[in-house]
Amino acid sequence: MTSPDNLPGSPDSGETPEVPVPAVPESPVARRGMFGAQDTGDTSGYGGLVVRRAPQISTPRPYGGYFDELVDALGLDDAIERVVVDRGELTLHVKRERLVEVCQKLRDDPALRFELSLGVTGVHYPHLAGEELHAVIHLCSMTHNRRVRVEASAPDADPHIPSTVGVYPGHDWHEREAYDFFGIIFDGHPALTRIMMPDDWEGFPQRKDYPLGGIPVEYRGATIPSPDQRRSYS
Amino acid sequence: MSTAYDEATEGKVYSVNGADWDEVVTGVRDSEEERLVVNMGPQHPSTHGVLRLVLTLDGETVTEARSVIGYLHTGIEKNMEFRTWTQGSTFVTRMDYLSPIFNETAYCMGVEKLLGITDRVPERAQAIRVMMMELNRISSHLVAMGTFGMELGATTPFLFGYRDRELVMDLFEYITGLRMNHAYVRPGGVSVDLPAGTVDKVGEFLKEMPKRIKDIRKLLDENPVYVRRTKDVGYLDLTGCMALGITGPILRAAGLPWDLRKTQPYCGYETYEFDVATERGCDVYSRYLVRMQEMEESLKIIEQALDRIAGPLKGEPVMIEDKKIGWPAQLALGPDGFGNSPDHIAHIMGTSMEALIHHFKLVTEGFRVPAGQAYASIESPKGELGAHVVSDGGTRPYRVHFREPSFCNLQGFPAMAEGGQVADVIAAVASIDPVMGGVDR
Repeated sequence: MTSPDNLPGSPDSGETPEVPVPAVPESPVARRGMFGAQDTGDTSGYGGLVVRRAPQISTPRPYGGYFDELVDALGLDDAIERVVVDRGELTLHVKRERLVEVCQKLRDDPALRFELSLGVTGVHYPHLAGEELHAVIHLCSMTHNRRVRVEASAPDADPHIPSTVGVYPGHDWHEREAYDFFGIIFDGHPALTRIMMPDDWEGFPQRKDYPLGGIPVEYRGATIPSPDQRRSYS
Repeated sequence: MSTAYDEATEGKVYSVNGADWDEVVTGVRDSEEERLVVNMGPQHPSTHGVLRLVLTLDGETVTEARSVIGYLHTGIEKNMEFRTWTQGSTFVTRMDYLSPIFNETAYCMGVEKLLGITDRVPERAQAIRVMMMELNRISSHLVAMGTFGMELGATTPFLFGYRDRELVMDLFEYITGLRMNHAYVRPGGVSVDLPAGTVDKVGEFLKEMPKRIKDIRKLLDENPVYVRRTKDVGYLDLTGCMALGITGPILRAAGLPWDLRKTQPYCGYETYEFDVATERGCDVYSRYLVRMQEMEESLKIIEQALDRIAGPLKGEPVMIEDKKIGWPAQLALGPDGFGNSPDHIAHIMGTSMEALIHHFKLVTEGFRVPAGQAYASIESPKGELGAHVVSDGGTRPYRVHFREPSFCNLQGFPAMAEGGQVADVIAAVASIDPVMGGVDR
């Protein structure tokens, strides 16, 4: 039942020690084996696990439903990097320099009328080189009862995304939160300061490379590591 | 009381600790400053938890109002990235601790959307969710109205509100085992079926509650003091609500009948009969009226849900049939008060190896969720509660973000309070009904 994956130095497990966040961004396979064990530590006998990374999907037309109509009405195809229709939701990946223009049109065009913004949030994808930081905006049109998700990305090295407070004043606190947790700098925000963490806090806690913290639990000499240090399935 | 450092940067500083107002009054009388900056909170009985308000006063008028949050930030979103999808329920329930069932339901709907099993969640589970959510809406509004009265100086509404909330808490304890932080709603359904006798208990509640709501209405609806403290106070019209992304009772008190239960139904709300409460006053009093009416509408929904649970949906499953997702929570009351059902233990230990494997894998590893992102939103007592759930294909959430209505609505506080009297600040904050556990997460 021993899989080659669990043997030390097997060619399948690669030369470098495996880490929870994969080091090779190009490979679609994020990790093999149950817990990333390098020695015979995995006693389950199950080493055939392959963790795949999600591919970057882009949906071709027709998108279905009201999505085609919406993208046509927006008519800013040059500002949109890709369109994703997944699980009944429409996502527009927008070039960051055109984000404000797209939001403005989504809000003001009578055929679109996305009056209600549900805020900005960040997601950190360290494996997507050149677009590690995403700002995700959920919009809702009360007039037409529709929803759309607008996403803009920025590289870790240049974490700037234009602020949309001018279009949706309610984004004030949301952008501060995304800055606080992810370090995304929203250019043009009236007062981009930390909102949840103390003002003198260092680092951006919801980035993937930021440790969770916590202390190992000790019981009769044996220790259980804190949650982010434990072996995991995914 | 002041130091040189404070004076250099911030002007004259007074720390008020009670019974030392004379010092402030004499100090301010001789001062040439026109403005007085008052720091209220983060620990203040009228700020709804650890909320800090910074008010700039010109006499009795508030010229500038700012709220400072973050004192209750607990990193729930980050913590969830290190637990399984099912364990996420126990985290989100603690966010807005006055409406735990809503948090759980929004989260679970997001996970179900990612899994693509929204249509396969059993109808009985959906009806139970609806019933629990509406019970929770009543308890949340009761706290909102009770603390509201207290902050305006009336203790009777507070006692009434909390007394009546106990009725809901007792039901929750009977059904889920806990008064708060239930983790009752799970991806795929609810954790356990309703215990025997629930239908009768909820039935009694439905008989009792209309009287209790009437009592509060008698106390407040026409109370001249209350009306004067709340009418035309904390004004925020539809334009302001739309600009700031404000939803829930505040939006409906500005005249827009926007309720996700009607406009974008979920959990089968389209099959229930109820009205959306609206008012046109845009003020604190209208928000109070909307909340009271919503409680009455909730009673209607609970009654309909209960009829289904006791009638056509009796004996139906409450968790998705898919053994790869459904949490194996066959609980039975043991002599010690809790425990797994002996039948289930006998099944997995004695007769079925596959059942044992499923139980073990689901509990230790959890299920995998296909990569992608989803947004699920529901109408919580405070407004649109949205869960943005991202998966990378693993057994743990990659990122979960909550669009908390308390967080968004609290942004509207300066717009309500500036230009008004300092005493009206309390009424304005109370009418937003922010719960700091939800604001700060």
